[in-house]
Amino acid sequence: MMPSTHDWINNPLGVVEGMFAASQNNPNSGWEAKAVEFFKDHLKEKDAHTWVPSLNDVPLHYLKPNSLVKFRCLIQDMFDPEFYMGVYEAVDPSTKAKVLRCGKYKDVTECGVDFDSRNTVTAERQTFYCVPIPGENPWVKESYAGSSQARVVPSTSYAPTRQKRSYEEDDDMDDMDTQMQREPHTGPQSPTEQHGNGDCKRRETEAPSSQTAPASHLDLNFPLPGEKGPSCLVKVYEDWDGFKLNDTLEVFGILSVSPALSALADKKDASSSLLDPTECMETAEEQRVHSPPASLVPRLHVLYAKPLPHNNPLLPSATLEDNSAFLSSTLSEMASVRAELLTFLTPILLGDALAAEYLILHLISNVYSRRDVLPLGKFTLNLSGCPTVASYTERFYQIIQQLVPSSYYLGMSLQNMNQMRFVPKKDYSANRLVSGALQLARNTSLFLDETQLEQGQLDTAGVRNVTALGNLITWQKVDYDFNYHQMEFPCNINVLIASEGRSLLPSDCQIHLQSQITPPHMEEYLSSIHVHPQASQLNKFRMYLSVARLLNYSISDEVTKSVEDDFVDMRKDDPQSISAEDLHRMLVVARLLSLSLGQTSLSRDSWLRAKHIELLRRSRMEQHTCVNGNEP
Amino acid sequence: MSSPTSTPGGRKRGRNTNPSTPSSEGPTSPPSQRRRGQDSSTGDLMPMPTSPATDMLSPAAPQDNSLLSSPRPSVLPNEVDMSSPLMYGTPSSRVEGTPRSGVRGTPARQRPDLGSVRKAPQVDLQSDIRYSPFLVQKRFLQRFIDLTSTEDENAGLDLNEPLYMQKLEEISVVGDPVLNVNCLHVQSFDAELYRQLICYPQEVIPTFDMAVNELFFERFPDSILEFQIQVRPYNALKTRNMRNLNPEDIDQLITISGMVIRTSQLIPEMQEAFFQCQVCAFSTRVEVDRGRIAEPSVCRNCNTTHSLAIVHNRSVFSDKQMVKIQESPEDMPAGQTPHTTIVYAHNDLVDKVQPGDRINITGVYRAVPMRANPRQSNVKSVYKTHIDAIHFHKTDEKRLHGLDEDAEQKLFTEDRVQTLKELAAKPDVYERLSSALAPSIYEHEDIKKGILLQLFGGARKDFSQTGRGNFRADVNILLCGDPGTSKSQLLQYVYNLVPRGQYTSGKGSSAVGLTAYVMRDPETRQLVLQTGALVLSDNGICCIDEFDKMSDSTRSVLHEVMEQQTLSIAKAGIICQLNARTSVLAAANPIESQWNPKKTTIENIQLPHTLLSRFDLIFLMLDPQDEAYDRRLAHHLVSLYYQSEEQIEEEFLDMAVLRDYIAYARTYINPRLSEEASQALIEAYVDMRKIGSGRGMVSAYPRQLESLIRLAEAHAKVRFSEKVETIDVEEAKRLHREALKQSATDPRTGFVDISILTTGMSATARKRKEEVAQALKKLIQAKGKTPAMKYQQLLEDLRGQSENAITKELFDEALRALADEDYLTVTGKTVRLLA
Repeated sequence: MMPSTHDWINNPLGVVEGMFAASQNNPNSGWEAKAVEFFKDHLKEKDAHTWVPSLNDVPLHYLKPNSLVKFRCLIQDMFDPEFYMGVYEAVDPSTKAKVLRCGKYKDVTECGVDFDSRNTVTAERQTFYCVPIPGENPWVKESYAGSSQARVVPSTSYAPTRQKRSYEEDDDMDDMDTQMQREPHTGPQSPTEQHGNGDCKRRETEAPSSQTAPASHLDLNFPLPGEKGPSCLVKVYEDWDGFKLNDTLEVFGILSVSPALSALADKKDASSSLLDPTECMETAEEQRVHSPPASLVPRLHVLYAKPLPHNNPLLPSATLEDNSAFLSSTLSEMASVRAELLTFLTPILLGDALAAEYLILHLISNVYSRRDVLPLGKFTLNLSGCPTVASYTERFYQIIQQLVPSSYYLGMSLQNMNQMRFVPKKDYSANRLVSGALQLARNTSLFLDETQLEQGQLDTAGVRNVTALGNLITWQKVDYDFNYHQMEFPCNINVLIASEGRSLLPSDCQIHLQSQITPPHMEEYLSSIHVHPQASQLNKFRMYLSVARLLNYSISDEVTKSVEDDFVDMRKDDPQSISAEDLHRMLVVARLLSLSLGQTSLSRDSWLRAKHIELLRRSRMEQHTCVNGNEP
Repeated sequence: MSSPTSTPGGRKRGRNTNPSTPSSEGPTSPPSQRRRGQDSSTGDLMPMPTSPATDMLSPAAPQDNSLLSSPRPSVLPNEVDMSSPLMYGTPSSRVEGTPRSGVRGTPARQRPDLGSVRKAPQVDLQSDIRYSPFLVQKRFLQRFIDLTSTEDENAGLDLNEPLYMQKLEEISVVGDPVLNVNCLHVQSFDAELYRQLICYPQEVIPTFDMAVNELFFERFPDSILEFQIQVRPYNALKTRNMRNLNPEDIDQLITISGMVIRTSQLIPEMQEAFFQCQVCAFSTRVEVDRGRIAEPSVCRNCNTTHSLAIVHNRSVFSDKQMVKIQESPEDMPAGQTPHTTIVYAHNDLVDKVQPGDRINITGVYRAVPMRANPRQSNVKSVYKTHIDAIHFHKTDEKRLHGLDEDAEQKLFTEDRVQTLKELAAKPDVYERLSSALAPSIYEHEDIKKGILLQLFGGARKDFSQTGRGNFRADVNILLCGDPGTSKSQLLQYVYNLVPRGQYTSGKGSSAVGLTAYVMRDPETRQLVLQTGALVLSDNGICCIDEFDKMSDSTRSVLHEVMEQQTLSIAKAGIICQLNARTSVLAAANPIESQWNPKKTTIENIQLPHTLLSRFDLIFLMLDPQDEAYDRRLAHHLVSLYYQSEEQIEEEFLDMAVLRDYIAYARTYINPRLSEEASQALIEAYVDMRKIGSGRGMVSAYPRQLESLIRLAEAHAKVRFSEKVETIDVEEAKRLHREALKQSATDPRTGFVDISILTTGMSATARKRKEEVAQALKKLIQAKGKTPAMKYQQLLEDLRGQSENAITKELFDEALRALADEDYLTVTGKTVRLLA
C-alpha cells in the first residue's frame, strides 16, 4: 500500500484534526491557515499533485471516502452560503467526557453533539455546484488520466461496514445507469464497472430500492447535452468572493460521500417532514437539487482551489512567465509548427491555404481585455462556401476536436434552434441555475454548423436563441435569464460558423472557401482526407495553439506610427475602401498573426502581411459578391 | 406598572440560577462595567443560536408541577410565561384582569415573528434591563421630534410635535394596532437603546410593545383595539446587503433589501396545542417549541397515563408564510449569481408581498440546526438560516404612479460628495465628462455631449394645474448614420451605465414588449400586468437599436411615450395609464444601408416625421473623411489594442465616478431658469424663426424651444448649478444647431430647414412638387380631350417639356397631388381624367 508519507492524501482529516487539537492550548495559533498552507506546500512538491486521484477519471466508488481528491471543473451554479458548526462539543461515547471537535471540512458531526454548548463556533462556507468542464475533448481527458500517478485500489472502498457498502453500490448503479443511457459503449474501465454492476444486482434485494428512486431522476445540470461525469458540491471555506460563475478550477479537497447525507435527504420524503415546518418549506425539487444523494453528487471540501488559465494537459502547470525555459524553446519552434499546421489544415479546407491561415488565427483568438462594453481580441470566423455533401462540416469539426481542449458542435437545425436551451435560466422552484448550451468555459470552441439550417419557422424560443448567439458573437456576453431580470455574464468563447452562403449571424470575419476540388470528386476527396496524424504531431499542434493564446503582446510606438500612416494613406486613396471597423479587424488580424508566429510584438512585416491577407480575403469576397449578386 | 421591568428581571435571575448559565453578575457592579461584560458575552452568545435543549423541557416540567394546584388550568402556560419580558402583561392579564385599563382589556397577540422567549438563547438581560430600555422607550415615544421628516407616511403630521405620539393618535382613530418605528430615530434619540434594539430584538421589542401600550391606553383609555399595539421597527442600518450577512448577525435585527422571488401558501402554524384527557376531560395547553409539541404523558388531574389527545380546533394557530428573497441585481458583484434568503412572514404580514416586488425587509436573522434524525447518531453540521420578518417596505410600490425618491436616493458618502463637488468645480467638467463617456468610441464629441445631457435630463416641471400636465424633462436622441459607425456600441455603453436602462432592438421587439401586457399567471390564474421595456426604464433610458426596422404599429406606441410620457393600455379588462418617463436613445440605419448625402434625413431613414419631431436632437454619425481625423482615429484604435488596462484607467474618468456624478446631479440638482437665461432663450428662439422667414420657411417650432430649455437645464446640472445661466443656453443652442445642421439640412439648397423634420419635406421640395404638378396639369390640358393616357407616355412627355430633370418619384408625387385634387385617377399603367 501507500507509504506513510502519503497520509496527507489518504487521511487529510487526520492532519486537520491533529492541527486543531494542537491549537486548543493556544487560541491564537491560526491553525486553519496553517492547515491550508500545509496542503498547499505538499501539493507544490514535485509531481505531488499527480499522486492525488482525480474525480474526473476515477470512478467514485474507487475513491476512499474522506481522502484527498482533485476535480477539474467549471462552477456551474453558486448556492447560498451556509452556516455550519466550525467547532462543537460532543460527548465521547466511551469516556462520557465532553470533547471539542472540529467541524471544518466535514458534512456530518459526530454523535452526541451538544447543541447548546457555549463553545460552539458557527462558521460560514460557500457551496458551488461544479460540473466537469463542458465540451472537454477526449484527448484531454485521456492525457490527464494517463499522467496520473494516483494508485487507487478498488478494494479500499469495499472494506468498511455493511451499511456503507450498500450506498456505494447504490452509486455504482446510478453511475452505470447514466452511462448506459448516454454512452452505449463504455470506456476502457468497462470490465471493472461491469463487475460492479453485477455485484450490485446481486445485492439489490438487500438494499432498499427506494433510495435509488429519487436519485436516478436527478438532472445533473450539465451545460451541454450528452455530457457525463460526476458533478460535485464544492464547499469553499475561504475567499469565495474571488470565484466567479463559469470559472474553471482544479480543486483539491476532501471527498465526502457520507451515506448520512443521502439518508437525511431520503427521510425527508418519507414521514418526518410533517413534524418539522422549517424543513418542509423547501420544495421537493429544491431538496433534491441542494442535497442530492452523496453517492451521485459527492461533496468536496476544498483545501486548495487552483484556477486553470488553460485546460491543456500538455502544457506545464506553471504559468508561462514562471517557466521561461519552456517559453523560449516553444517560441523558437512556433513558426515551424505553424507551417506544419498550415500544411495539415489546408487539405481539410479543400486546399484553400488562405482559409487555413484564417482558421489558425481564429483558433488562437482570445478576448484579452474589455474596453467598457467592447471585447477586444475576439475573432469570430464565418467560413462560408462549405460543401454540404458527405457531412463535410462534421468531419471538419472532428479535426477541430482533435486540436483544442474543449469544443462543442452545435448543428443549427431548426429543431435545435427551437428546442435547445442556449441561455441558462434560473429555476426558482428548485432554486438553481438551469444550465444552457452557452454556459461554457473560457476558450471553448463553439462550432456552429449553419449548413444544417433549413427553411422553416423559428418560434419564440428560436428567435431568442438566435439573438443570444448574436449577442455572444458581438459582445462576448450571455444574458442569463433570472425571470424578473436578466443578468449579463461576460464570456470568452471562440465561435466558428460554417455556412453555405454568408451566415445569418454576425461575425468578425468572413472567408469564402475556395475549393480546389471539383464538385463531382468532392465526395471521394472528402472520404480520403479523413486523416489521422501522428500523435506526436497532434500534440505539437495542441501545445502550439494553447501557447499562442497565452502570449503577451505589444505594439511599439514606431509601428503605431506606421500603422497610422498606412491607414491615412489608404483612406486618402479611397475613403470607402477602409472604415474604422476594417482597421479594428486588421489590428486583430495583425495581433493574431504575430502571435501565431511566436512574435510578442507587432513588426512592420507582420503588419504588411496582415494587410496582405486581408486584401486577399476581401478581393475574394468581392469576387464572390459578383458571382452571387443577390447577396448583400 | 411603574417599573415593570424589574419583575421580569427578578424572575429571570431566578431562572438563571440554573446551571447552564454560568455567570450572573452581582447587582452592585457599576452599570458601565456591566455593559461591557454584556458586550463580551454577546460575542460568546452569537455562535450559539439555540436554546439549551435540556433546559427546554426540564425547567418547564417542575414549574408546571408547582403551579399545578391552580384550579384554572387554562391559564397555566401563561403563568409560566410571566417570567419572560415578552409575555409580561399579555394573555395572562386578560384572564386574571379586571378590565380596569385599556391595556388589560385588550388582548395581546402573540408575536411569532419574535418567537417565544424560551427559544431564545439565555441572554443575561438583567444588566440591560436594569438600564431600563422601557423608560427610555417611553421617553423616546413621548418626546421624539423629527424636524427633517420627508417620509410620505408622515404627511399631514405636525413636524414640531412628538412624532410617535401623533402616530398613536392616528392608531386610535384608524384602529390598526401597528406602530412602525424608524430605527434611525431611535439611534438619534438614544444610541444605547438602538444598540440594544439591534442586538437583542427579541427582548427589547416586547418591552417596546409594553411602553407603547401603556402610553396609548393612558392617553386613549376608551379606545378599542383588536389587539394590543405591536411595534415594528424598520430601517435598522445593521446590514444592507444580503451578501454581507454572516454568523455574527444571528439573532440580531437586520434590514436587507432584495426582490421577492417566491411566496408559499399560507401555512397555519400551531402556537399552542390544546390537549384534553380522554378520561376526565381535563384540558391543558402546551406551547409549541421549535416545531415540536411536548405531549404531556400523564394527565395531571386523574394521573392516567397517555390519556391526553390533541384537540385541533381549540389549539391556537398563527398564519405563516415563506417568502424567498433574492439579492437585487444592483447589489451584485459581477460574475456571481444572486444569493437568496428565506423569510418567514407572520400574521398580518402574510401576503403583503408578491413575487417580483422589490422590498426592504427588517427582521431577526435566525439559524436553526438541522434537526437530528432520531435514527441517526450523527447529524449534518449545517444550520438552516432564515429571517423572521417584522417589517416589509416595498421600494417600488410607487414606481407605477409617482416618483419614489426613497429608492432613487443613492446614499453618497461625504467623501464621495466631496470628490464629485470638486469635479464639478473644474471649469472643463463638461468636456471631461463627455470624453469619459464611452472612451472606446472615437470622437463624435457633440454626440457624446448630447448623450451626456440626456443622461442628466432637464428639470421636471408640473403644469397640471394649468391643464398642461407634466412637462417632459427627458431628452430624446436619435442617432442615424452609416452601419458600422459604432452606434450600437454607444447604445450598449449607455445601457450599461445607467441604473435603469433597457436595451431593445427594433427588429425583435413588439408593441407589447415595449409597453405592457396582461398575462395570466400559470400558477395562480391571476391576471398580472407585465411591464415592457419602456415602463421598466421609467426614470431611465430606453435604448432602441435598429429603430428603423421597427414595425409601424410598434413605433406608434412611442408617440405617446415620447411626448406625454405615459402609456395607456386597455387589455383584458385592465385599463390604466402607466408612467413611462423615459428618455429614448434610438439608433437607425439609413434605408439604403449607406447614407445618401443627396437625400434628407427623412428620406434616408424613412421614419414618420411626427415621430422625428419628438426627438430633441438628431445626430448623423457619418464618416468625416478627413485626413487629420483618420490619423487620430487610427492612433486611438491602435492604442486600444496595446495599452494595458491600467493606462486606460488613468486616462479617463472611472465609469463609477461618472455614474455617481450623474446620480447625484439627478437627485440633488434642480436648476431654475435665471432672468438672463430666459432672455437668451427667447432671443435664440426668435433667431431660429428668423433664419427661415427670409425664404418663406419656418425653421423653428415651439417644440424646439422646449428642447432648448431642457438642454440648457441639463447643462446646468452638469455644472451642479442651481441656476440656468447664459452659458448653459449658449451650449444648448450650439448643440441644437449642430444637430440641426447635420439632420435638417436640405440637400438641395444647403440650408437648415426644420420643416424637413416637422413635415417630412423641405420647403423647397414642397414647392418643387407643386410646380411639377401644375406643369403636368397643363400638359394634360394641352393634350385636349383624351380621357385616358399611358403612364409611360405621359412621363416622357413631361420630361421632354420640362427643363429640370423629372424623376419617376417626382412624377408619381405630382400624379398623386393631382389625384388628391380629384383631377385624375391612376389605375395600373393608365391615367384617366375625372369629369
